[in-house]
Amino acid sequence: MSYSYPLLSYIVFMPLLGLLVILFLNKEKHSTIRWVSVFFSFVTMILTLILLKDYNWTTHEMQFVEMHQWIPALNAQYFMGVDGISVPMLLLTSLLSLIAIVISFNITKRVKEYFVFFLLLECGMLGVFVSLDFLLFYFFWEVMLVPMYFLIGVWGGARREYAAIKFFLYTLFGSIFMLVAILVLYFASEPHTLNMLEMTKLGPSFSHGIQVFTFAFFFIAFAIKVPVWPFHTWLPDAHVEAPTAISIILAAVLLKMGTYGMLRISWPMLPEGIRYFSVPIVILGVIAIIYGALVSMAQKDLKKLVAYSSVSHMGYCMVALGAYTSVKALAGCMFQMISHGLITGAMFLLVGVLYDRAHTREIAAFGGIGKKLPVYTALMVMFSMASLGLPGMSGFISEFMIFIGAFPSYPILVGISILGVVLTAAYILRMVQRVFLGEFDTAKWGGLTEINAREVLAVAPLGLLTLFIGIYPKPLNELMRATLENIVMLMAR
Amino acid sequence: MENLELLVPELFLFVWALLVLMIDLFSSKRSAEVPAYFSMAGLVITGFLMVIFQHGGGALWNGIFVADHFAFFFKIIFLGAAFFAVGSSFGVVGRMSHHRGEYFSLLLLSTVGMMFLASAKELITLYIGLELTTIPLFVLAAYIKTSRSSAEAGLKYMIIGAASSAVLLYGLSIIYGLTGTTSIYQVTINLSIHWLAYGDVGPAFTVAMMMIIAGLVFKLAIVPFHMWAPDVYEGAPIPITAFLSVASKAAGVVAFARIFMGMFIAFSSNIMAPRDWGSIVALLAAITMVVGNITAIRQTNIKRLLAYSSIAQAGYIMVGVVAANTLGIASISFYLFAYLFANMGAFAIVAIFADRTGSEQISDYAGFAKSSPVLAAAFSVFLLSLAGIPPLAGFLAKYYVFAAAIQAGYTWLVILAVLTTVIALYYYANVIRLMYLTPDTNPHHIIPSFPAGMVVILTVAGVIVFGILPQSILELALNAATSFAF
Repeated sequence: MSYSYPLLSYIVFMPLLGLLVILFLNKEKHSTIRWVSVFFSFVTMILTLILLKDYNWTTHEMQFVEMHQWIPALNAQYFMGVDGISVPMLLLTSLLSLIAIVISFNITKRVKEYFVFFLLLECGMLGVFVSLDFLLFYFFWEVMLVPMYFLIGVWGGARREYAAIKFFLYTLFGSIFMLVAILVLYFASEPHTLNMLEMTKLGPSFSHGIQVFTFAFFFIAFAIKVPVWPFHTWLPDAHVEAPTAISIILAAVLLKMGTYGMLRISWPMLPEGIRYFSVPIVILGVIAIIYGALVSMAQKDLKKLVAYSSVSHMGYCMVALGAYTSVKALAGCMFQMISHGLITGAMFLLVGVLYDRAHTREIAAFGGIGKKLPVYTALMVMFSMASLGLPGMSGFISEFMIFIGAFPSYPILVGISILGVVLTAAYILRMVQRVFLGEFDTAKWGGLTEINAREVLAVAPLGLLTLFIGIYPKPLNELMRATLENIVMLMAR
Repeated sequence: MENLELLVPELFLFVWALLVLMIDLFSSKRSAEVPAYFSMAGLVITGFLMVIFQHGGGALWNGIFVADHFAFFFKIIFLGAAFFAVGSSFGVVGRMSHHRGEYFSLLLLSTVGMMFLASAKELITLYIGLELTTIPLFVLAAYIKTSRSSAEAGLKYMIIGAASSAVLLYGLSIIYGLTGTTSIYQVTINLSIHWLAYGDVGPAFTVAMMMIIAGLVFKLAIVPFHMWAPDVYEGAPIPITAFLSVASKAAGVVAFARIFMGMFIAFSSNIMAPRDWGSIVALLAAITMVVGNITAIRQTNIKRLLAYSSIAQAGYIMVGVVAANTLGIASISFYLFAYLFANMGAFAIVAIFADRTGSEQISDYAGFAKSSPVLAAAFSVFLLSLAGIPPLAGFLAKYYVFAAAIQAGYTWLVILAVLTTVIALYYYANVIRLMYLTPDTNPHHIIPSFPAGMVVILTVAGVIVFGILPQSILELALNAATSFAF
């Protein structure tokens, strides 16, 4: 289906337009720069809502397709389109970007550069979720690394330089494997193509060796982004050192690009690959769930706790992806991606709010905050409950769907991973207890101020969506169903 | 009398180079600007003349001098490199009291040599082109007479240059002995006949091949024949270093392509011939990428860093050479085109910085982004392009080279190559880290001179535009490759 105007290009390049406008603003005019950024990311979000409105829910076919010649010499096309798995990711990205920009108002250092890099980052993230050409996809995938490097490296915490370069090198290390895999597939396909849809059609015709080899290479690239244990070591550094807004983006959007890449590229394209590697993938997922939860339990720093909980939560996605024959498990994976984006995004936001006021994130330093900051505490407790999978919130739905979907294929491994739910409850409740309940140290924390209106406004949409998906998951499920059914069918080839 | 119209661009530039000398003699201002602007004008005019006289193709003297698409493409690169080098020379030449005209004149003469080299399809012409390229560069490397390191650079470069030329010439003479001809076209035929008749071409051929490889990779500064490069690059005036690292390297690649892909193509892989050069060059490329990138990490002088980075870049180019197919030639052509903008731009910034601060230390770039945000941003763009980050031209260049090698079956070499790009990113990002992430200890608010600023603007534009919309250049590169007709 084509559309009357190139909506996807507008969405992807709207932040870039904002970037160009900001480049011409005086760098001393902080508030103008901030509001221009808000304006452009708000417009981007409105455009994604228009996309949702006009999206046809009943088909898995690509919609809003834009296809133009780009570099004929390389067979590369400017090819964009969306289906049931990219639409929710676009919505998530545009919403979280807007929220992150709003929460970045407290950045006072090198404001102009900050928003320039941020908008470039947003453009890259949106581009990844709509690209259907390998080269275009790789462009957007890599373009994000540079602004992310600066955003962590300039505006981050004490060990920011180390965290920034580690993130940069680690993810580049992953992407280059993807590059090799793309080239191998390109020359294996006949006629040579970089079109992902064509390649998906051709996928099963490749030899077992090529499928397994390229699957493994794609997996390294995507697994580093997710991150799958044992590729996760960049994550705690990057998440903890990054400024609040960037931690939100890292957790809510960047990690999802890994799982999105698997669902879009390697899974449906290389069915022999997923059949060959499914069991190890589930095992890695289970290890991540248990390991992430155990490490979270040992954390003294609030932000580190949330960071490691991401490793654990993304482990559920890997378990679901390993159970590739079940539509329910894959739907659970998508639910988990979105729900983790909302919940962990909110958790990082709230941790940032507390850090701005208390200048520490040490769990042991707090106690009884609930008495002094009731609104903040209510919000934090709500998201903590969502994170541990309380029924009625999105986290419960996604984990439940994953367990139901994956259990028939891997009863024992799924059984072990359910243990993760208990461990999650343990570290979350312990954190809530030690920070918000107990003795309140008036002398030390008497000066703490309540969360302000701007911050509540930023976190409110996340809370509402978490509840909405938790109580009424059907619309989201319907949005993705046709596409996921098609993906499962493609893998059964 | 043959149709000498084909030679008009080369002859014009040669005459122009002599005119530059005269102009300097008579110009009343006695400043660097008159001969420099005059040289830049001459290079631009030569470019136009090429479009008029050589775009249609043609050959002279029984195919000794050919104007094919390959030559055309590389002549554009040479002219571009010379143009950017002259543009960033205003500072260094302006500080000298004498020999301003000679500097620009020699630069143009070296460019003439490269243009001849690109068109040469006969071994002696090719050799003379190579010599005309390098001899002016010996002098230019030693141009700052008062500096010991510059004199050392010139001397070192001359000794190494002469030695490698001798080795190369020896190899070429053996080929002449084996085949009785110096025409590249005829050598290919004679070798093939010999090969078909006897199933082998004898040990002398192996010796010749080794000597030619050694001679040429010396000039290309491929590991383990690279030791001279960092010293020469460090000592020479910065624009000359830039010119050496781009144009002179491109000239070496041209000679390599003409000899190996044009002449010895039948001996490119061990499937086709037992005495193949493909696996030797693959090995050299692998070592070069690893050593060049790892050694670059520890450099503290920005010129040495870029010297080692250009050694590593030569390694990536050799990956395309190893592919030895149409895509391979197209990819190395595009690679050098992208490299022209990124490297000339990076050296232009280094020159601007050194002109103002007198420093070539990497640590002095700390906080550069705060005091000179535009220059720092441009420098970052160049470094990221050299590292191969999209959407910059350097990424597509690498992509294209790797594609060629994978098509030719060298997947292992590509995997090694992409791994070394991660190392490369580390040291390029280190410079960016200093500029952006560290506090400004020694503020240098630098406003470049008009020509230097123009070089930076043109090269930044090139790196970005050809990174996103490379189709026109890729087409030219593919045309260049098809003139080899494998």
